[in-house]
Amino acid sequence: MSITVNMTVNGKKVSGDVEPRTLLVHFIREHLKLTGTHVACDTSQCGACTVHVDGKAVKSCTMLAVQAEGADVTTIEGVANADGSLHPMQFAFQDNHGLQCGFCTPGMVMMAIDIGKRHANPDADTVRHELDGNICRCTGYHNIVKAVIAGAKAMNASK
Amino acid sequence: MYNFDYHKPASLDEALALLKDSDDAMVISGGMTLLPTMKQRLASPSALIDLSGISNLSGITLSGNTLTIGAMTCHADVATSADVQKAIPALSHLAGHIGDPQVRNRGTIGGSVANADPAADYPAAVLGLNATIETNTRKIAADDFFVDLFETALDEGEIVTAVHFAVPDQAGYAKFENPASGYAMVGVMVAKYGSDVRVAVTGAGPSAFRAADMEAALAKNFSPDALGGISVSADGLNSDMHASAAYRAHLVTVMAQRAVAAA
Amino acid sequence: MGQFGIGQPVRRKEDVHFVTGQGCYNDDVNLEGQAQVQFLRSPHAHAEIVSIDTSEAEKAPGVIAIFTGKEAEADDFPVLYCLANIKARSGKPMFSPGRTALCTDRVRFVGDLVAMVVAETIDQAKDAIELIEVEYNELPSNTDTATAASPDTPQIWPDAENNTVAFYENDDPAKVDAIFEKAYKVAKVDVVNPRVMGSPMEPRSALSTYDEEKDLVTLHKPSQGVHRTWGNIVKHLPKLDKENIRIVSHHTGGGFGLRTKSYPESTLMIWAAKRLKRPLKWRGDRYETMVCDTHGRDHITHGEVALDEQGKIMAARIYVTASVGAYPFENGPAVPTFSSGRVTGQVYVIPAIHHTVRTVMTNNSPTCSYRGAGRPEAAYIMERLMEEIANVMDITPAEARRRNFITPDMIPYINNQGFEIDSGHFEETMDMAIDLHDWNGFEARKKESEAQGKMRGIGIGYFIEASGGQPEEEARVKIDEDGKVTLYVGTYSQGQGHATVFPQIIADKLGVDYDSIDVIDGGDTHGEVPFGRGSGGSRSSMMGGTATARSCDEVIVKGKKIAAHNLQTSPNKIEFEEGVFKAVDSGGTMTILEVAKIANDKSKIPDDIEPGLNERYHYDRGNVPTSYNHPNGCHIAEVEIDPATGVIEVVKYTAVDDNGVVLNPMIVHGQIHGGVVQGLGQALFERTTYDPENGQIITGSFLDYAMPKAKHVPDLVAANNENAPCPVNELGVKGAGEGGCCGAPPAIVNATLNALKPLGITHVDMPLDSEKIWRLIQNAKSAAAAE
Repeated sequence: MSITVNMTVNGKKVSGDVEPRTLLVHFIREHLKLTGTHVACDTSQCGACTVHVDGKAVKSCTMLAVQAEGADVTTIEGVANADGSLHPMQFAFQDNHGLQCGFCTPGMVMMAIDIGKRHANPDADTVRHELDGNICRCTGYHNIVKAVIAGAKAMNASK
Repeated sequence: MYNFDYHKPASLDEALALLKDSDDAMVISGGMTLLPTMKQRLASPSALIDLSGISNLSGITLSGNTLTIGAMTCHADVATSADVQKAIPALSHLAGHIGDPQVRNRGTIGGSVANADPAADYPAAVLGLNATIETNTRKIAADDFFVDLFETALDEGEIVTAVHFAVPDQAGYAKFENPASGYAMVGVMVAKYGSDVRVAVTGAGPSAFRAADMEAALAKNFSPDALGGISVSADGLNSDMHASAAYRAHLVTVMAQRAVAAA
Repeated sequence: MGQFGIGQPVRRKEDVHFVTGQGCYNDDVNLEGQAQVQFLRSPHAHAEIVSIDTSEAEKAPGVIAIFTGKEAEADDFPVLYCLANIKARSGKPMFSPGRTALCTDRVRFVGDLVAMVVAETIDQAKDAIELIEVEYNELPSNTDTATAASPDTPQIWPDAENNTVAFYENDDPAKVDAIFEKAYKVAKVDVVNPRVMGSPMEPRSALSTYDEEKDLVTLHKPSQGVHRTWGNIVKHLPKLDKENIRIVSHHTGGGFGLRTKSYPESTLMIWAAKRLKRPLKWRGDRYETMVCDTHGRDHITHGEVALDEQGKIMAARIYVTASVGAYPFENGPAVPTFSSGRVTGQVYVIPAIHHTVRTVMTNNSPTCSYRGAGRPEAAYIMERLMEEIANVMDITPAEARRRNFITPDMIPYINNQGFEIDSGHFEETMDMAIDLHDWNGFEARKKESEAQGKMRGIGIGYFIEASGGQPEEEARVKIDEDGKVTLYVGTYSQGQGHATVFPQIIADKLGVDYDSIDVIDGGDTHGEVPFGRGSGGSRSSMMGGTATARSCDEVIVKGKKIAAHNLQTSPNKIEFEEGVFKAVDSGGTMTILEVAKIANDKSKIPDDIEPGLNERYHYDRGNVPTSYNHPNGCHIAEVEIDPATGVIEVVKYTAVDDNGVVLNPMIVHGQIHGGVVQGLGQALFERTTYDPENGQIITGSFLDYAMPKAKHVPDLVAANNENAPCPVNELGVKGAGEGGCCGAPPAIVNATLNALKPLGITHVDMPLDSEKIWRLIQNAKSAAAAE
């Protein structure tokens, strides 16, 4: 069975022919060639595949592309500003050394932006629990937490 | 995963007809359990029937002493709902600790309850809060719903449409998380209804169960101390690399005490 | 010097790629016309392969080829021999059976390779795998290291007596026994370092392609530097010359020692690409990564020290049993022996140490280097012994260490293994940590915890390493006519920030604009970096850094010649400072960029020099005991224990590390944080677990293998003691990559025992899972009640 799936990804309307079993993450990586979103585990633990679907952070490895029919999807490639300057959360990750090898980073940043949308000024404890679905092996999380706090503040600064 | 056909019916009747048509079709709501299982090639439905296209299967309403949650309501919405927080804060707390934030944006109460994973949180809520599970054909009382490991009272082709919770006077939920998966190694929902108390345990056994001795003790004295020295039997409880049956039995008492303290 | 010089927390240049999703990792790469590879792996821990029938699988849709060990054998496919060589004192050679990349007659661990399937799509390859019929005759297996060498235990290799690979021994047992006879007291512990999985976030994958015209196979894989992998892979494929293999690494998502290895999957991808003449791609999943990556630790150690009346150590016995898995592989047996053995005595004065290591085989994945590679194990036993000394002598843990530290006036100190500890202020570093941690405030914090019904403890973990890894490295600094600076260096970053740190050295040395410097590192054997030894053993700061610094020196030497030529003086009358060449006689100046602009113009440079500012330096520090650097540090952990559940939470953590001169404190602390949390994972959560009945791996996903998450980690306070720069390199740097996981496990375990001490509990083994702790507490309470 082949299905034509339509959605908006990073503001652009896209469509593609997929099998029902095509995961959203594979549609993003292989059909749309947006390889910033990563697969790092088999069991939906690690969060490296996190994207936004209709404004919510979800694990794209645990969604079928067809389940995102008609949805508004944002990946890591879509969060920088139109002029190419970094989103405040992206900047916060760089400024706070919140990444080392970078593999978990796209999923981490997407989750962090989601946190910043819901918490204007989160404390460390809140951030640590909000990152329950994101695993990092390099940083020990210390700087990621700092980055999320700084990024959330910056995201909400003008409000 | 293996190949399958995909359908997204616009109505419950259409979904039921599709289910009836095929022996191996399954419904999918959030997919937080089903999809990982299919990815491991441990489940191979011939077709998936996506319920997300059916309107009025999600939503939260508080009406008198009944809190109704539509089957397709995701955990994040239950956790942040003002009605849930007002009526049964313990339920909001439980939903807000299922999985992780991303999982909570997709996982649904209907999916969780129908699947009846022994380590899921909602079965403790359903049993502890004297819920009624509404399906397309009938209403099933919580006490009749959980039968055995991954086995519920649902018939073949029966779909959960809503869960109706009885609003208690007080309730509390305490969970001991598996350090790897975050699932409930033991999760206890304690709820007080007048002079009656319900204590529902998930994670510890093959399916959610009530702890009668604890209920009796708490009915006399609704305080954590009342549970000192009372434990469930370790016989028949789950045992794996993370926790033995005996340790789980012990944790049931501890979590029950903490649930009472939180109530 | 300036905001981009050495010592500055310069933000990483490379981050912009990663935070915008522009990183290019191996699975992001696709080759035109590629076919997909998937592997059939053994479901048994130990079994004879009776037969393999691929006939049905070969007919499956999309299948291009299926290879088993027989095909490989018939094609003179090589055997992967162990690269380590551990000789016993008796002269008995190490047992080194080699490993066929695809098993022919036996499988020896769950995950061992049985068949390689090539198909058009991944799903078609997986479908075909399900059609391969393998008849196994299951054999008894053993995954328990403690009993591996027992005569009753199933033998994995008929020719290896008692499953032993080698018995390594250092120092004279009779001498040590004689000292123990005279001991005032003896302190002893038995500890376990459970087997762990490195688990970098990027799963394994590989691509390979064959250019028939050039007779060149190209392999793409994540690595820690392609040159070292290249050298090792070629050893396994003697029919191919180095010139016929090209290895390329793109961005690598974490290494931790595992990614330096030349795995059978890599050799199979090379072999199959040449045979099929079609590009191939293998995407491994997390389960595969868990079983086919080499594992870490898996030591059982008995330690005892003979003490004099002051509690000073007179001699030590360290007896280790270490599992190398089912096959001694790569440098696996060298980890518990040489790598650990260099620093067995750690930072303490120990005149004699009888150190033995029995490396044994068990039916699980081969073990090899994992962050620390032998040094965490060496630190762990010594630090647990320090606690025992404190108990036995009735002194504080800090005092036990004070009485035994190597002091600055003893430096350089030749340790028991003949290695020179050339720098370090150990007591000072410990005092800095104690102060920074606010050790004095512990009692008050403990009372607060107790008021909440929790127990609280504090513990120290001191460690020292011998770092530097492979002793040679090369760098080349080029300045183009337009002022662009490029560093070519053979180290290789999987997140350590080399593209940021090495330019700091260059900016300082040459006075060039930091933003004008690009780094090309060891990611392509056929690229612009012809030589390298990658990253591993915390070597990059010293080896890559020194090679870079000395390349800069060569640039200055040449620049002086060119400047002198143009300033009408001689090179020895030219000074160079902050980017400017100045003639001391005339006062004339030229900036380095002005020199670069004319460096290629033969009319403007002396006749006897090569045009261009493009200077290479090959740094060989020599593989001698005096050439290592010695990062060390004092880590302090505080834990809270919930006695009702046994759950341990690390609530406060301080690390004061001596990494010599700190090139970039932000990056150095990032490395410490990462190592600490891997150590925390080992102490509290991580253990590769097998079913004792049949060797099945139980922790085959993150559902069961508990990786530390953000909520498990407290605020990490990290600081540096820079009072003991490394004398071996002019930068003064010491490695920083691995200290965290040496310091964290003993600090956390010692803190736990400190908390449990009032209950009379004196020992516990990692991982400190909650049931284990709860039972210890229960048993202690029952024992107390019974009295």
